[in-house]
Amino acid sequence: MLHTVNKSPFQNGTMESCLRCVNPGDAVLLLEDGVFGAVTGTSKTALIEEALKNAEVYALSADLKARALENIIPGIKVTDYAGFVDLVDQNKVHSWL
Amino acid sequence: MAEDIKKIMFTVRKAPHGSIYVYEGLEVKLIMAAYDADISVVFMDDGVFALKDGQNTAELGIKGFAATYGVMVDYEISKIYVDRKSMEDRGMTENDLLVIGEDEDTEEPIKPTVIETDQIGPMMAEQHNILCF
Amino acid sequence: MKLAVLVLEGPYNHEASDSAYNFIQAALEKGHEIRGIFFYHDGVYNVTKLMEPPQDDRHIANRWSELGAKGIDIVVCIAAAKRRGIVDDVLVPNVRISGLGQLTMMAIEADRLVTFGD
Repeated sequence: MLHTVNKSPFQNGTMESCLRCVNPGDAVLLLEDGVFGAVTGTSKTALIEEALKNAEVYALSADLKARALENIIPGIKVTDYAGFVDLVDQNKVHSWL
Repeated sequence: MAEDIKKIMFTVRKAPHGSIYVYEGLEVKLIMAAYDADISVVFMDDGVFALKDGQNTAELGIKGFAATYGVMVDYEISKIYVDRKSMEDRGMTENDLLVIGEDEDTEEPIKPTVIETDQIGPMMAEQHNILCF
Repeated sequence: MKLAVLVLEGPYNHEASDSAYNFIQAALEKGHEIRGIFFYHDGVYNVTKLMEPPQDDRHIANRWSELGAKGIDIVVCIAAAKRRGIVDDVLVPNVRISGLGQLTMMAIEADRLVTFGD
């Protein structure tokens, strides 16, 4: 499964709800405002670090750049739209809107 | 050819009435149910508020959908699940849930099936496609 | 892979439309088939020719129309469109209005349905 999250975890519980439903081995893609959750040293970092123990977490590069986000949590893979397409090719997808 | 019938899941995660998402999402479910697809609907997060019994939108001047939810089984949408944790987080219990139809034989009311959060991920993984309405 | 894309938010107001477009471009470059693009909720505003964005900004409706010109089936939900005053007369070329049955067929026939919205 691929789960996409497009909401800031500081504003909205979507990321937390998603992470509760992630199966071992699933992929989570943070995009749009979801990429605010990819930064290290925040009140939400521990949630992502926990998820990384049994799932893959990706963040969309175009959205990171647009928001000047650096210092990404170690273990998160930065990917582009082509990588997003590959993730969809490899997995069933649920958009956590 | 039952094996060819695709499993399509809907996840309802938004609250009703404050926006149109739940209302228009119901229209999609009713249409899809008329096709050869194995439909299921999971209510979670604020979506569980859409299943609260006794909703009345008359004073808002909005059409609402509680009456349609009451006969979902007649539209052949009987796989309706609700996440227990989402309900509990919002102070709801099984007793607060509306009826989605009645049993053809016994005429007993049918209510949504309460599931645990850890059942949702595996259910998603079984689907052909999932829509978030 | 055979892909379908569902867009649920209007143009400019939300990033959904841009994300969907960039995703589709990347999928086309990789040689995937786009089974269809469906606009629902405020997504129906994506393809009105009445929009006139500033010259230095992207023209979202024209962008969709160009994808339609490549032969991709782009469908605007009739029920959602009527509710919002979107009719055939205001659509950009290469886009059509039809019913939710089209979305159903996309969900059934596409290997993956990807949704962009709020």
